[in-house]
Amino acid sequence: MAATPTSKYMTEGEVGLGLALLVGAFLCALASARAVDAPFSVHMAVFALAAVAGIAAILKRYEERPAEAAPQQIDGKPNYNLGPVKFTVIAAMAWGIAGFLVGCTIAFQLWAPSLNLGLEYTTFGRLRPLHTSAVIFAFGGNVLIGTSMYVVQRTCRARLAGDLAPWFVVLGYNLFIVIAGTGYLMGVTQSKEYAEPEWYADLWLTIVWVAYLLVFLGTLWKRKEPHIFVANWFYLAFIVTIAMLHIVNNLAMPVSFLGSKSYPMFAGVQDALIQWWYGHNAVGFFLTAGFLAIMYYFVPKRAERPIYSYRLSIIHFWALIFMYIWAGPHHLHYTALPDWAQTLGMTFSIMLWMPSWGGMINGLMTLSGAWDKLRTDPVLRFMVVSLAFYGMATFEGPLMAIKAVNGLSHYTDWTIGHVHSGALGWVAYVSFGAIYCLVPWLWNRRELYSLKLVEWHFWVSTLGIVLYITSMWVAGIMQGLMWRAYNALGFLEYSFVETVEAMQPYYLVRALGGVLFLIGALIMAYNLAMTIAGKTAVEREPEATPTAEPALVPAE
Amino acid sequence: MTYESAAAFAQTSGLLYFVGIFAAVSLYAFWPRNRSRFDAAAHIPLIED
Repeated sequence: MAATPTSKYMTEGEVGLGLALLVGAFLCALASARAVDAPFSVHMAVFALAAVAGIAAILKRYEERPAEAAPQQIDGKPNYNLGPVKFTVIAAMAWGIAGFLVGCTIAFQLWAPSLNLGLEYTTFGRLRPLHTSAVIFAFGGNVLIGTSMYVVQRTCRARLAGDLAPWFVVLGYNLFIVIAGTGYLMGVTQSKEYAEPEWYADLWLTIVWVAYLLVFLGTLWKRKEPHIFVANWFYLAFIVTIAMLHIVNNLAMPVSFLGSKSYPMFAGVQDALIQWWYGHNAVGFFLTAGFLAIMYYFVPKRAERPIYSYRLSIIHFWALIFMYIWAGPHHLHYTALPDWAQTLGMTFSIMLWMPSWGGMINGLMTLSGAWDKLRTDPVLRFMVVSLAFYGMATFEGPLMAIKAVNGLSHYTDWTIGHVHSGALGWVAYVSFGAIYCLVPWLWNRRELYSLKLVEWHFWVSTLGIVLYITSMWVAGIMQGLMWRAYNALGFLEYSFVETVEAMQPYYLVRALGGVLFLIGALIMAYNLAMTIAGKTAVEREPEATPTAEPALVPAE
Repeated sequence: MTYESAAAFAQTSGLLYFVGIFAAVSLYAFWPRNRSRFDAAAHIPLIED
């Protein structure tokens, strides 16, 4: 080993985290050996290995880093910490493709159930949470953590707070994803939708999330820009609310501290209400507030226009966060939940039309004076179409929360169609737009490898979304109508299996729509890989052929 | 406490709470002296360094 300069010491953070990981590795190895069930043993071994890898990473980083801490500024400009952001961008793409692939798999399983291969690991019940967690928490979560770490630095003009902490957050979060996903395949679940991971994974996420909150708050604290930009308010609401929801909904008592199974603290209708208070605000604060933060930074940046109305953005923020938190009971219409609570949830859902559309209009109108860019810039088009889908999904959602409509739509595939118009059209599209912006900025490339491939991605995946949501609208409404059809004698017109059989063609169309969406994401991954590799597609070269006259630069 | 009295309390205080919050946020957003600050903030994403 090369002799290190005498002035180089390990920081308190490096020593502290290293020791904590050492203790953690030892305890997890012990728990793995003593586990009462196999999945818990596997997971504790994964935690132990991850802790050892963490110690190795800290030592390697120490070997390679200069003696002094990274400077806050270089030549009077903030020295942004972009390493963790780069990691999340790549992780988001990888998890996204995995999540879309699993989604296509279960879509085909619904069309032909024998595609579950007859194995417990590949049944619909285990793959479905793998799909939802991979797309929401792995893809969406990495996008949110990455963009928030980027945006908070740029809009505060300050380096990200913490030295090892940002890396602890991004790596720790992805470790949580691995634990959650492998757990579903092994049958580990607490059966709460979007909160399936068991108690030990939940505890780990709590630690990571508190570190994330501290990194974010610490960066805000150091800011050189006096005003806290609206995107940071949305990110902060997302981080704080998810912490609250996660802790309350996952209050549980493990059967054994050496086993994976636990029982929730609440029971019956109280448990259901807490669960959907969590579930709907996962939509409201994870899938909405966080991605609205992306809108408020990336749409103005890409359109090169200021936010249409900053005042509207303030009203948008406070109205949205104060109302969303009450809308959860609309998931429990016509259940044991008291009638007044159902009506409350319905009323707040309808009131959410106002902040949702206010925000959408604010994002769209930011393009005023720059609408022509939609013709030439497919990245901006992704973001604008995402806002159109946001408007559509936030119109449809309150409509479906009305009890009379819910009586038809609940438990049908209409719900699945609604969720995917929000998830594919809004969340994924605004994420794609942000990632297409971020990759050239992060890797110092002038532009993307190919805008033509972005065009292809856009049209292929848009066609996929259209196939997906139209087939699910037809399927869902038909399903709802068939379930409530009575014959002249007052008996049900259709047996349940007849309604299942009627779904089959729509399930095929839906699966094909999903495949198109997946193909689009693969085109994107190729485009990003080539951009990172520093390549430029041929499409921009031909103009450079030697001629007497100066070639005109094509508008991009 | 009867259902009626609990409901009356919840409905009245909820109404005042939400109208109060909305009024406060609207006053803050539209206060004339804040105009220049918010106009500048709308340009924050466009600042390069």
